[in-house]
Amino acid sequence: MPAVVETRETVEALNASKYKYGFSTDIAMDAFPKGLNEDIVRLISAKKEEPEWLLAWRLKAFATWQAMEEPDWARVKYPPIDYNDLYYYAAPSGPAPKSLDEVDPSLLDMYEKLGIPLNERAALAGVAVDAVFDSVSVATTFRETLSKSGVIFCPISEAVRAHPELVKQYLGSVVPAGDNYFAALNSAVFSDGSFVFIPKGVRCPMELSTYFRINARNTGQFERTLIIAEEGASVSYLEGCTAPMRDENQLHAAVVELVALDDAKIKYSTVQNWYPGDADGRGGIYNFVTKRGACRGRNSKISWTQVETGSAITWKYPSCILQGDGSVGEFYSVALTHNCQQADTGTKMIHIGKNTTSTIISKGISAGRSNNTYRGLVKIMPGASGARNFTQCDSLLIGDNCGAHTVPYIESRNPSAKIEHEATTSKIAEDQLFYCRSRGLSEEDAVGLIVNGFCKDVLKELPMEFAVEAQKLLAVSLEGSVG
Amino acid sequence: MLEIKNLSARIGDKEILRGVNLTVPDGEVHAIMGPNGAGKSTLSYVLSGREGYEVTGGEVSFNGQDILAMEPEARAAAGIFLAFQYPVELPGVGNANFIRTALNAVRRARGEAELDAVAFLKLARAAIKSLSMSDDMLKRNVNVGFSGGEKKRNEVLQMALLQPGLAILDETDSGLDIDALKIVAEGVNALRSARFSALVITHYQRLLEHIVPDRVHVLAAGRIVRSGGPELALELEAHGYAGLEAA
Repeated sequence: MPAVVETRETVEALNASKYKYGFSTDIAMDAFPKGLNEDIVRLISAKKEEPEWLLAWRLKAFATWQAMEEPDWARVKYPPIDYNDLYYYAAPSGPAPKSLDEVDPSLLDMYEKLGIPLNERAALAGVAVDAVFDSVSVATTFRETLSKSGVIFCPISEAVRAHPELVKQYLGSVVPAGDNYFAALNSAVFSDGSFVFIPKGVRCPMELSTYFRINARNTGQFERTLIIAEEGASVSYLEGCTAPMRDENQLHAAVVELVALDDAKIKYSTVQNWYPGDADGRGGIYNFVTKRGACRGRNSKISWTQVETGSAITWKYPSCILQGDGSVGEFYSVALTHNCQQADTGTKMIHIGKNTTSTIISKGISAGRSNNTYRGLVKIMPGASGARNFTQCDSLLIGDNCGAHTVPYIESRNPSAKIEHEATTSKIAEDQLFYCRSRGLSEEDAVGLIVNGFCKDVLKELPMEFAVEAQKLLAVSLEGSVG
Repeated sequence: MLEIKNLSARIGDKEILRGVNLTVPDGEVHAIMGPNGAGKSTLSYVLSGREGYEVTGGEVSFNGQDILAMEPEARAAAGIFLAFQYPVELPGVGNANFIRTALNAVRRARGEAELDAVAFLKLARAAIKSLSMSDDMLKRNVNVGFSGGEKKRNEVLQMALLQPGLAILDETDSGLDIDALKIVAEGVNALRSARFSALVITHYQRLLEHIVPDRVHVLAAGRIVRSGGPELALELEAHGYAGLEAA
């Protein structure tokens, strides 16, 4: 299993042995000067050899961003971010590798250690991987196999050059450059990410996967993913993320856009395991991400599944715009917070077309002194006759010092719509723990088992290998939460 | 062998056990009977290490080990099994996964090799068959939606698979119809051997018709007030517990 084999333990082990001391000397890095201004935006665009239209798009986004205020409505707290104290571009130096043979071997080693074999012969059959290291995509596997069926899977920077008409048509069409503060920032400075195009009628022959890693210090990661499924196409896409332990916070502001045309299906799964900070809340990633899918075609379907265990702060609302008649949106989420982590996550389901349906299953787990908020919008537009939504939000508390909050917003402008909302909050009961322990399970194993049971409805939506990893990750993330 | 010497325990400020003395040699089944509030469930929880039960005096050893100093899971690894009066539901946790995880935790602690899913299922299906239960039992979530009888049978199934050295059955007969009672009793009887002992806590004599004890003890007001052979259970059934507390 390529994407998330590592757990926090592995990341910590890697850090202790390698990154902390030697990594930056192992790989020579190119970084632009700190700070954000028009010149930096131009520099990024030039570095990527981008066409004029894209530079103009970035500059417009930058101007928009400058006029915007950082949002403060989420239930998260953090000191002000000094956007001029960050690096906006960091990449292994030298020309971009043209094939796997040209990738720095120590970089391949790192991915190997994280359990992501980029070598195609070594990789498990059935999963193609795009690895994004700091600001650039370093390797994409199985591209030739995929291209035989017409599937394009490549770094978005390459897609800009090789398939400009597709990028131009769809980039920013779901998340406009000025959509929100962090999306605008991303639009101005995004460095790389994955691009996927599944042509009409094609079922993507393998799972696609992107593995994101932030490595460099003081560097923001701003990747951008664009997935297009044409009429009748289908694809399952997996995303995994990790970062080394750092005492300072690091910003990750990504944008993901999905477009599904008539009868197309996109399944997007995330296992997010960014460094969460230490037990006292020092360090960790600020994960401020905009993910949105547009079900443009009739009977199209977009399904988001996320397991969020990492990051100091998660601010993320993978959403669906259900435009096509009969289109389907799904959001399955497990968000786990421990120690001082904060998560404000949920979804937006915008019903525009007739007979559109959406399902939201959210499982929040809070431990330590963490705060975990579900925030979700279900909006039924006047034309969405026969729209249906089912929402279930369950919260599980471990210990007495954490918080769980559920903030649903429901707006219905069509009388024929049916909306259901269920919510529960529970604690792991003492009798459940004792029952498990009396059978021989340690307290931590018992918590892991109970939490995995609580999340079952979501975990079963993940591709098999991912589900196994996610289960382990949940257990590891809760270490030290009891007793 | 289980040896309880002068065991006292309380919940909060309330003294429940006031000097229990009891020895259960290997190979024997002892019944503990007594009125409500005598401390029967407290005794079972103190023996299995539940939080909130404070031991204020005395000693308990099992096969020479001081178990009062051990965590509940260590006691399980040492071979102590508690069949709950009210088995607990674990939503979303598959029964097979639960029992296998428990079995492997115990096997690990004992230095035995863990069982993979296939080996475990083989074992579990054999146990289910010998207990006249349905395979369905393994697929469902732990005790969720189980009838009272099914929950108790699930306890017996877990016991059969964990192969304890000492089983404590806390009113396992409560809420059981006669057929379920027989299945539970057969489960216990099947484990009887020179290396197995059991403490059967019950209100009623009827379970003891099916699990014939070697000794019967009466617990009243936190002490063992009478001990005898199986005939003591019949006597209690006929005359009740009245007057015993004062004895």
